Amino acid sequence: MQAATLKRTPLYGRHCAAGAKMVDFGGWEMPVQYSGLIDEHKAVRHAAGVFDVSHMGEIEVRGPEAGNLVDFVTTNWATRLKAGQAQYSALLYDHGGFVDDILVHKVADDSFFLCVNAANQEKDFEQIRGSNKFNCEVEFASAKYAQFALQGPKAIEIAQLLTDAALAGIKYYRFTDGVFAGAPARITRTGYTGEDGFEIYVPPEFAAQTWDAILEAGRPFGIKPCGLGARNTLRLESGMALYGHEIGASVSPFEADLAWIVKPAKGDFIGAAALRRQLEKGLTRKLIGFEMRERGIGRDGYEVFAEGQPAGWVTSGSPSPTLNKNVGFCYLPVARAVPGEKIEIRIRNQSVAAETVATPFYKRKIR
Amino acid sequence: MTYPENYRYTKEHEWIRLEGDTATIGITFHAQSELGDIVYVDLPKVGTQVAVGKSFGSVESVKAVSDIYAPVDGEVIETNDVLASAPEKLNEDPHGVAWLIKVKAAKGTDLSNLLSAAEYQSYAEAES
Repeated sequence: MQAATLKRTPLYGRHCAAGAKMVDFGGWEMPVQYSGLIDEHKAVRHAAGVFDVSHMGEIEVRGPEAGNLVDFVTTNWATRLKAGQAQYSALLYDHGGFVDDILVHKVADDSFFLCVNAANQEKDFEQIRGSNKFNCEVEFASAKYAQFALQGPKAIEIAQLLTDAALAGIKYYRFTDGVFAGAPARITRTGYTGEDGFEIYVPPEFAAQTWDAILEAGRPFGIKPCGLGARNTLRLESGMALYGHEIGASVSPFEADLAWIVKPAKGDFIGAAALRRQLEKGLTRKLIGFEMRERGIGRDGYEVFAEGQPAGWVTSGSPSPTLNKNVGFCYLPVARAVPGEKIEIRIRNQSVAAETVATPFYKRKIR
Repeated sequence: MTYPENYRYTKEHEWIRLEGDTATIGITFHAQSELGDIVYVDLPKVGTQVAVGKSFGSVESVKAVSDIYAPVDGEVIETNDVLASAPEKLNEDPHGVAWLIKVKAAKGTDLSNLLSAAEYQSYAEAES
């Protein structure tokens, strides 16, 4: 049995007791759904949902040159952040492919807090520590934090019941440190759902009480505990990449339509030379969204054809519970990676019509 | 990218076009490319007073957000309704249909300290 070797979050017992369906996700035994994927997805779009994302990794960089190290190992411009600001960024290999996509939080001039993907945390840490020629220390801090994502239009009202921190004053991609449900917490206005909401970091010994408090405070608002299934459909609708799907070691930020997180003007960083060469040579392929035009769902790994010829592959695909369409992302030759191209996706030996479209598929209407 | 010659620009990546005392304000091509796919635009109500260097709204993309700063003092007389239902227009045509607000500029408004198109272009290139 594999299960004995899987890692568990502090809330494993809570998930099982609540009847969640548990799966292996990158070596972690995680809830994939509670009441049902579509039910949970809709709760987040219309009210609120809470996700246990304690499997995510945390890396702390501290010291006089902490910002310089973060700038050297990431693509975005960390030293342009103000304290209390967060930034989407990436760690690259020398060849320009992704080690991981990460969130960089500037705590202070000499202190940066990185949130990284669960399955990548050890290699992320090794890469950052191995590149540390600066006057700072790198700490593998994952054991210090449990993390919850409280997401949805009602998230702010629910969260405000549990903290004295003035949440309305925290803008998107900003954070504050405070007390949340009695726990010392880092409260960030970020998320992976396309809705307003918060990601909340607490010490693991406070995880259960914080989780219980969020569900209790959220009950009058219709909050639902949500699993990784809804997390995936929510992020897909809102056009966010998932490591191992849209991004990975074999693709670059330019190919993944993430040029905006690459800031060569800041100076040298790992992967910069390879990215420069790629731009000089010209991109050959690029990520683009698609919608199915016939019955079928183009899923991860399926081949994509254009005018009968092999053209690319699907990175993610799913029914969109909000839009009632089957949508996804795929890689295509650059000339075809624009909206309005007719493509075919090979689903179990059948060619099924689809069309490229602009993303994100879903944009929320109100804050 | 070419930037319209008849606009003036800020180092915070807004553009402004002054016709009489009506100032039209938007964000630049460079600003939208720094943000990625824009999903939400937060604008002030008509009648709001804006002030030089003060934030009057924000533009949010899939995984980033940016404050927008007023290049002049004045009162908001119109906001661009198109952006509420089609924020992606900011990626497609930031210098044209996707203007953000129109302001009745305060008396004595002077844009001469803002950047010209050529000055802004070299500034933006050094930033990316």
